[in-house]
Amino acid sequence: MINEIILMNGYGSYVWSAFFFTLISFASLYFVTKLQLLKEQKKFAYKFSSLNVTKARVAKLQKINKEILLNTSNI
Amino acid sequence: MFKSFEPNKIFVITSKAPKYVLFLFIVVLSIGLTEALILSPEDYKQSHAVRIMYVHVPAAWISLGIFSCLALFSIGSFIFKNKNFSLISKSLAPPGFVFNIIALVTGAIWGKPTWGTWWAWDARITSMLILAFFYAMYLLAWKIYEDKEQVIKITSIIAILGLVNVPIIKFSVDWWNTLHQSASVNVLSNTSIHISMLVPLGIMTAAFVLFSLLIFLMKYNTELIKVKNKGLDRL
Repeated sequence: MINEIILMNGYGSYVWSAFFFTLISFASLYFVTKLQLLKEQKKFAYKFSSLNVTKARVAKLQKINKEILLNTSNI
Repeated sequence: MFKSFEPNKIFVITSKAPKYVLFLFIVVLSIGLTEALILSPEDYKQSHAVRIMYVHVPAAWISLGIFSCLALFSIGSFIFKNKNFSLISKSLAPPGFVFNIIALVTGAIWGKPTWGTWWAWDARITSMLILAFFYAMYLLAWKIYEDKEQVIKITSIIAILGLVNVPIIKFSVDWWNTLHQSASVNVLSNTSIHISMLVPLGIMTAAFVLFSLLIFLMKYNTELIKVKNKGLDRL
């Protein structure tokens, strides 16, 4: 049974390589995108922490900024 | 008209959605892989090589679908000067490009045992390769040009030209003699594929749609935070 799944009547190398290529592409794209997101979140948190009190208060008035900070604190 | 598309409103949803989409994607993909690699029957002619269809066909469908959406949002951002549309189209490009590459590579792998060749300059394959060039040009344009207005103009032109290629890909098998067979799955007419193969194909397509949604959401959030980072500089 396992041999049949692996060898697939001699087509195993074609089938498995197609599926592995797809899954490796998925994993690479996911991790590259995740790293870019984390990088931007960290940059935002750093910039926000370097703002003075008045500017930080102005920035926090925007709901989206609050939301980004909330997500950044989960990193 | 486009008020509901405002980033400030939808970020609350797009920032939380990826974890749920990722969970759903893993579940659907696991079921799809089990169906595609173990439970579905082999083909009477192609034997087990037919299983490559379960990654090749959904990848090709989705790369075409994403390019159509990308082009519509690009044109929308150019006409209505809506910056959020350009962020949406920019975020759609990476998953679309990767699915295009997957379709080409898995197609080549499938071609060897069924046609006896990795590559042929047949109308369907060549037009899919041209689509990959359009995706690459679109992504490169966003990297090369700094000026926002200029990049929106250039990417819109690339998207419109690429959109012309989409029906050519779809109907290439009807217009020319190609190695590809004509469509087996039709929404409007009879589907010639057996239900035992249609089910895994449907599940794998759903998994691929979820993956493209996941990458789109993550990329869109990244682009929005980039905009907000620039906003902090201006404070």
